[in-house]
Amino acid sequence: MMPRTLRTFALTLAVAFLASALAQTNLTFWSWRTEDVAAYEQFIAAFQAENPDITVSFTPYLNTEYNTILSTALQGGGGPDIVHLRAYGGMESLAQAGLLVRLDGQVAALEGFDPGVLLGATNRADGGVYGVPFALQTVQVLYNIDMFERLGLEEPTTWAELLAVGDALKASGVNAFANGTKDGWTNETLFGAVGPTFYGGTPFFEAITAGETDFTDPRFTAALERMVALRPYLADNYTGIGYTDMQTLFAFEQAGMMAAGSYELGNMASLNPLLRIGSFAVPADDAATPSAISFYVDGSYGINANSPHQEAALRFIEFLASQEYGQMFTDTLQQISAVPGTAPTSEALAGMVEMMNEQGTPYLMLTAFRFGTPSGSTLLQNEMQAVMAGDKDLAEAVVNIQRGVAEWFAPFQ
Amino acid sequence: MRDARRWWGKHGHLFVFLTPALLIYGLFMAYPLVSSLTYSLYEWDGYVRKGFTGLANFATVLTRWPYQERFWGALSHNALFFVLTFAIQTTLGLFVAVLLARKWRGFAFFQAAYFLPHTLSLVVVGFLWRMLLNPTWGAVAQGLRRVGLDGWVQPWLGQSDSALVTIILVNAWAWLGFPILVYLAAVQAIPREFHEAAVVDGASPWQDFRFVTFPLLLPSIAMVTILTFIWDFNAFELVFVMQGASGSPNYATDLLATFFYRTAFGDPTTGGEPGQIGVAAAIGVLMLVIIGIVSAFGVRFTTRSQTEF
Repeated sequence: MMPRTLRTFALTLAVAFLASALAQTNLTFWSWRTEDVAAYEQFIAAFQAENPDITVSFTPYLNTEYNTILSTALQGGGGPDIVHLRAYGGMESLAQAGLLVRLDGQVAALEGFDPGVLLGATNRADGGVYGVPFALQTVQVLYNIDMFERLGLEEPTTWAELLAVGDALKASGVNAFANGTKDGWTNETLFGAVGPTFYGGTPFFEAITAGETDFTDPRFTAALERMVALRPYLADNYTGIGYTDMQTLFAFEQAGMMAAGSYELGNMASLNPLLRIGSFAVPADDAATPSAISFYVDGSYGINANSPHQEAALRFIEFLASQEYGQMFTDTLQQISAVPGTAPTSEALAGMVEMMNEQGTPYLMLTAFRFGTPSGSTLLQNEMQAVMAGDKDLAEAVVNIQRGVAEWFAPFQ
Repeated sequence: MRDARRWWGKHGHLFVFLTPALLIYGLFMAYPLVSSLTYSLYEWDGYVRKGFTGLANFATVLTRWPYQERFWGALSHNALFFVLTFAIQTTLGLFVAVLLARKWRGFAFFQAAYFLPHTLSLVVVGFLWRMLLNPTWGAVAQGLRRVGLDGWVQPWLGQSDSALVTIILVNAWAWLGFPILVYLAAVQAIPREFHEAAVVDGASPWQDFRFVTFPLLLPSIAMVTILTFIWDFNAFELVFVMQGASGSPNYATDLLATFFYRTAFGDPTTGGEPGQIGVAAAIGVLMLVIIGIVSAFGVRFTTRSQTEF
C-alpha cells in the first residue's frame, strides 16, 4: 500500500493537471495555404509562448476546394474558430450571411491599417471590417538584374524606353517579356502591370467604382491598347504559353522581364535561387507623368460567429494584427504583410513595398468588380485573351466587358 | 394468398439477386440524378438552397447573356467533338480493324499498340500532350524545328481556330483503341464462308468489304457510335487538363461539362466567381436530356438492325 503522503501528492498532481487541461482553450484555424504549414506552426508557437492557456491547431485544405469546404461548414453552424478568408467578393457573402464576427471596434490595431487595405476585408453592405488583412500583393514588371547589367540596360522611365529595352532583349536572343496568354488569368496580371499608368491610377478607379464613368471610358481603352501594343514583346508563340511556361522562361533566363505579381518572388527563389530580381512600374509616354502599379489584399483572418471560444479567438486575432506578427510574417514567407509599419528584409520585396506606397492603386477588377457574375476579372481575362490572339477587336471586347459588368453592377444599370 | 406465396417462391430469388445492384444504382445513380433535377428548380445563394423558382434557371441558361452564348457555344463544340471523332473512328478505325483482322505478321503487337493509349487515364493523356504540344520546348515543336519546318510550329492549343480540333485529335488518339477492338472482334466473328461465297461469285476485295463485311458490321458501328456520342457529350477531362475550366482561349474549347463545372463550383483562383448550383444543375439536366433523347433513338435503331449469324 502506498504511504498516505505520497497518495495525497499524486492526487494533488492529478487534480492540478486536470485543471490546467480544462483551462486550456483549443482554437481551430482553417486555411488554404497548404504550402505555409511550417510557417504557421512557427507563428502559432510564438503566440502560445505568450498565451499558454490557448492552443491553436492549423488545418489547411486544398486551395481549389477550400471555399466549398468552408462555406458548407460555416452554413451548417460548424467550422473552425479562426477562418482564413479570401478578399473582397470572396469573403463578403460570408459576412453578409452573418457567419463572421465584425472586428472594427473590437480589434484596436485595425485602426492603424490603411483604409485601402481594409477594403479587402470590408462588407460593403454595412461598411464593417470582418477580417484582419494578412498579405498584400503588387502587380508590376519584374526584371532580371544580371541580364540588364550584362546588356547595359536600365529601368525604363518612358514607354519608348521600355520598348527599346524590349528590342535590346530580343536582339540578344531572349524573349523581352516571359508573358503568354494561354492561361486566361495571366491576361489580367499583364493588364494589372500595364494598365494603371495609362488609365490614370486611383482617380479612374474611384470614378468607375462610384459609377461616375464606366468601361467605355477612353482611359480604359487607352490602357488596354498599351497591353495590345506589347504583343510583339511577349514570349514567342505567346498564345500557347501558359503560366508555368512563363515562370520557367523567366526563372531560367529565357526572358528578361515578366509582368507579374509580388508572389512570384517566392516561386522564383525556389526555381532559381541565383536569380536577382528587380521591379519597376510601366512608365508613361514621358517621364514627368506619374506611373502606377496595382496592389490588392490577398485575404484576411476572421472569427467564426458560431465559435464557442470568442474571447480566445479575439486574443489570437489581436496577435495576428500586431506588428510583431506582421514582421514575422514578412520575414518568414517573403510576402508583403498588411500590418502597417512592417519592413521586408528582402531587397526585392522592399522595392515593391516602396512602389506600392508611392504609386499603388487598387487592382481594378479583382478589388472592385468581383462581386457578381460574370465578374470583371472573368470578362477581362477572356475578352483580352481573344484580343491578344488577334481574334477580336478591342472595341468589341470593351463593349462586352461593360455589358457583362452591367449585368450586376447597379451604378451601370 | 396461396397464389402470392407461390409467386414469391417462383420469383423471390430475383429480388435477392437484384437488390444489391438496385441499391447501388439507386444510391449512386438514380438519387443524384433526381436530386440534381430538383436542384435545378430552386434558387441558390452559394451553397444554400432558397425558394422554388420553377424553370427560371433553365431560362437563364437558354436566354440570358452570357449564359446562352456559352451554352450554345459549348453545345456546338460537343457536336463537333462527336462528329469528328465519329468520322475518324469509322474511317481510320475501321480500316485498321479490317487490316488487323488479316492477322498478318506482328498482328498481336499492333493490336496492343493501338489499344495501349486507351488504357491511359485521360488526365495523363492530357498532361502528356500538353507538354508535347508546347510551342517552346514541346517535342512536336522541337522535332519540326530539327527538320527545318520552323514555320509549322504553332501554338496549337493557344489559337482559337486550332485548339478544339487539336484536343479532338488527342482524344481520338486515346479513344481509337476501343472502336478498333470492337470492330476487330466483329470482323473476326463473320463466318469465313460468307467471304468465300463472295470470292466464288467473283467479288473484288472492295466488293467483299462493301457488300459482306460492312453490312455485317453495321450493328457494331451503331453501338460504338452511341457510346461515342455519350462519351463525347460528357467529355471533360482533356479540356480541363489542357485548357483549364474556362475552355481557353476565350471559350474556344468550352464544352458542356466545363461550362457546367465552372458554373457549379465557381473559380476562386481566377475569375473569383461563386458557384451557382441552380444554374449548373439546369445545365446538367439539359445535358442529360440531350444525351438521353439521342441515345434512345440510337438504341432503337441498333436493336432493329440486329443480325444473327
